[in-house]
Amino acid sequence: MTQEFDVIIVGGGVTGAAAARDCALRGLRTLLLERGDICDGASGRNHGLLHSGARYAVTDPEGARECIRENQILRRVASSCVEPCDGLFITLPEDSLEYQDRFVQACRAAGIAAEPISPEEALRLEPAVNPALIGAVKVPDASVDPFRLTDANIIDAVRHGATILKFHTVTEFIKEKGRIAGVRALPHGESGPLEFRAREVVLAAGIWTAELARSAGVRIEMLPSKGALIIFGHRVAGMVINRCRKPANADILVPGDVVSVLGTTSDKVPLDTIDDMHATPEEVDLLLWEGVQLVPALASTRVIRAYAGVRPLVMAGGEGDGRNVSRGIVVLDHELRDGVPGLITITGGKLTTSRLMAELVTDKVCEKLGVKAPCRTALDPLPGSEKRHPKAEEPYFKRAAIGRHGSEADRMDFKRGREIICECEQVTRAEIAWAVQTLGVRNISDLRRHTRIGMGTCQGSFCIRKVARVLAEELGKPELERDFIADYLQERWKGMTPVLWGDTLREAEYMQTMHRDEI
Amino acid sequence: MQEFNISEGNLEQCLKCNLCTLVCPMMQVNEYYPGPKKAGPDGERYRLKDPDYYDYALKYCLNCKRCEVSCPSGVKVGDIIQAARLKYAGHNLRDFVLASTDLVGSLSTPFAPIVNATLKARPVKAVLHTVMGVDAQRKFPSYSQKTFTRWFRKASVPGGEADQSGFERFVRFYHGCYVQYNYPQLGKDLVKVVNAAGYGVRLLEGERCCGVALISNSFGRQATRQARANIAALQQAVAAGEDIVTVSSTCTFTLRDEYPNVLHLDNAAVRPHLTLLSRWLCRQGPLPFRKDLHLRIAYHTACHMQKLGWRSYTLQLLRQIPGVEVIELEPRCCGIAGTFGFKKENYAWSQAIGQGLFDAIREIAPDYVVTECETCKWQIEMSTGVPVLNPVSLLAMSIV
Repeated sequence: MTQEFDVIIVGGGVTGAAAARDCALRGLRTLLLERGDICDGASGRNHGLLHSGARYAVTDPEGARECIRENQILRRVASSCVEPCDGLFITLPEDSLEYQDRFVQACRAAGIAAEPISPEEALRLEPAVNPALIGAVKVPDASVDPFRLTDANIIDAVRHGATILKFHTVTEFIKEKGRIAGVRALPHGESGPLEFRAREVVLAAGIWTAELARSAGVRIEMLPSKGALIIFGHRVAGMVINRCRKPANADILVPGDVVSVLGTTSDKVPLDTIDDMHATPEEVDLLLWEGVQLVPALASTRVIRAYAGVRPLVMAGGEGDGRNVSRGIVVLDHELRDGVPGLITITGGKLTTSRLMAELVTDKVCEKLGVKAPCRTALDPLPGSEKRHPKAEEPYFKRAAIGRHGSEADRMDFKRGREIICECEQVTRAEIAWAVQTLGVRNISDLRRHTRIGMGTCQGSFCIRKVARVLAEELGKPELERDFIADYLQERWKGMTPVLWGDTLREAEYMQTMHRDEI
Repeated sequence: MQEFNISEGNLEQCLKCNLCTLVCPMMQVNEYYPGPKKAGPDGERYRLKDPDYYDYALKYCLNCKRCEVSCPSGVKVGDIIQAARLKYAGHNLRDFVLASTDLVGSLSTPFAPIVNATLKARPVKAVLHTVMGVDAQRKFPSYSQKTFTRWFRKASVPGGEADQSGFERFVRFYHGCYVQYNYPQLGKDLVKVVNAAGYGVRLLEGERCCGVALISNSFGRQATRQARANIAALQQAVAAGEDIVTVSSTCTFTLRDEYPNVLHLDNAAVRPHLTLLSRWLCRQGPLPFRKDLHLRIAYHTACHMQKLGWRSYTLQLLRQIPGVEVIELEPRCCGIAGTFGFKKENYAWSQAIGQGLFDAIREIAPDYVVTECETCKWQIEMSTGVPVLNPVSLLAMSIV
């Protein structure tokens, strides 16, 4: 049976989710297809940094202006996902204060409120920074949770009538009279593909766009650039800490929820490796070595995990290491570009500009469909953003959920499920049930992305069996419990392997002892 | 590694094994308490994110430190909780009165008979219960008419009742509030025992209350002031080449552990010289024991004694006394936890925690329970009717 839509979006990352929401808000019958879970790709494998644009001010003034505008919009409409912690760009003795002056001027020219402060003031604001610093600039950087930003977009898209199908792999584009008329997609675990038709198909598949475009008959050159990051077990600094120099390796430390994230590296990798990304011990060494220049305490802070993602950079001519290539937003109208109507690609860009990317591509879709509705995503708050802080009178089992999902936590049934399942991250049964019902969670890795379950210091060692049981119960599939445990331990193990020393090694030994049968 | 560790209280060493949860006395009786792991290292990660995650249920922590004693990873679970309470919790008048042992003690001793009678009167108890939130079922420790130091200054002079002038070697005595205001006899017992060991006793100059109740009631600034004064007084003794002996496990634990770990004050210079009398005595020669005692005593390990790790010194010493049968009670919390059990909202929990201990004591029916902690003494005497002695008093009874 064929299902008809106005627009099909391929890719459930932050851009695809924001595009699905924008399309739905403008009244389009919208379908989003994702081959795995929401945020499986680069959207879930980054710093969680809401750029002020300062990092790009010197090298890419236009990108910087985009960032600061979007930064201000997301602080407003996505307040439950954004922590307005501000950032510091520090200059160390081996860096140049002249660069700092240039940097401040460039920031101001781009409309970014960059405020030079003394080293003493920087240490007062953020005692963790390297005390050897010779200069600092305060900028409106912020921390954003990419999973929740994507989830909030998905939730709102669904509330406005969009259909979200996860675990559906697009196998083929339907071509009719030279135009793309829809896609065939294979639901996981099924034998035959389903047919979905629409007047426009949008590719928002990040690095996987190149391959999809090829099968649609158009050519997009992507440059996969791997970025590795490491996670520290708790917050070492409350602000985003950057190095005030030409962008380089490991020069940003971001407070993400209850952990600290340090990154990134940047290395060109072959396209055929993008489905198996992991951080290597060499990358971890490099990151740590550079990270301690920013915040010396990182040298002795427990690293709980390392991971890697692929930046979906679009080739703009010439070779580079991935950092020199434009990260600007690219909207490709394949009707104009390649003579293939019905197909639009949205790529490039950043997490920070994902809303704008969605707006631009939705504008293009509306133009093609002759729809006049204006974009509302810069004004309408995302679900959950009515509330960010837990109040003193909120019970302890509800607090972490409020911090994660804002007012969405009020929709969770704490009467039934106040039992805390994941203790490190204080995830209750109520939150698990909510994720299953609202976000279509299917396995523990999905659940982790949306709730932080198993993302804490013990990396699931102590809660995995409880989580597996509760999730299997909530899904009504008790037979899956054992598979959940094995799969999840494998996944955690992958991130712990490159950082096996000190307390994480002790934790890993403990994990292995407890779950001997499953590993 | 610990030397370079920047996270307070070894937060990140926590493997999440939950041994601390198993040994927490409060966890067993109070469903509102999240437990040491959640309140300590787990909660701290969230408080570092945002102080709004401070959970008022942390007030249920007894500060018994059993969590720390049990931790195989060296996480200072109890310290993390105490530090969070000092930073974020509020307090009221009742807490101030209960915590200010020095102030209240010095105001009460001159009027001891009146204060003692008043505190026993039903209407007063009712007012305390409803207005102040101090539980009416509690028996208050009575105040002494004469402070210990007043007695000592008169008695220690040449020709006095406890003449200290004939000794060549001395120890300093940190007496604490209980000896000073409530039970000077314990101080007198100490003087007798120390003298029997061949040493004279001197007092510290400028001793203040150790501040344990101030810390657990979140009066951090006042506690720090008193701690600084005490460290200075102890340093003076150390400079004179004298050890400092104590009778109370809680005061000793506070001076030794809470000052550096919770108040972040450096006491490294005095720490090796600060000791409970029983530990000090184990390094001295044998005491001249009487041979005519016939006693069965049950030794109760106070929580802070467990934290000090010095129980074996006391037991070794008590077992040397001829005619005294020493029964070691299974170490468990009595439930009073200093001022905690005096608050009416905590009374039921306090008694529930101690129930197992009370039952064990009643079953043994000893002549005395022996323990180093004065608040354990009040709790056990009130709840079992068995008289409780400090080991120093038992030693004083046992020597010629």
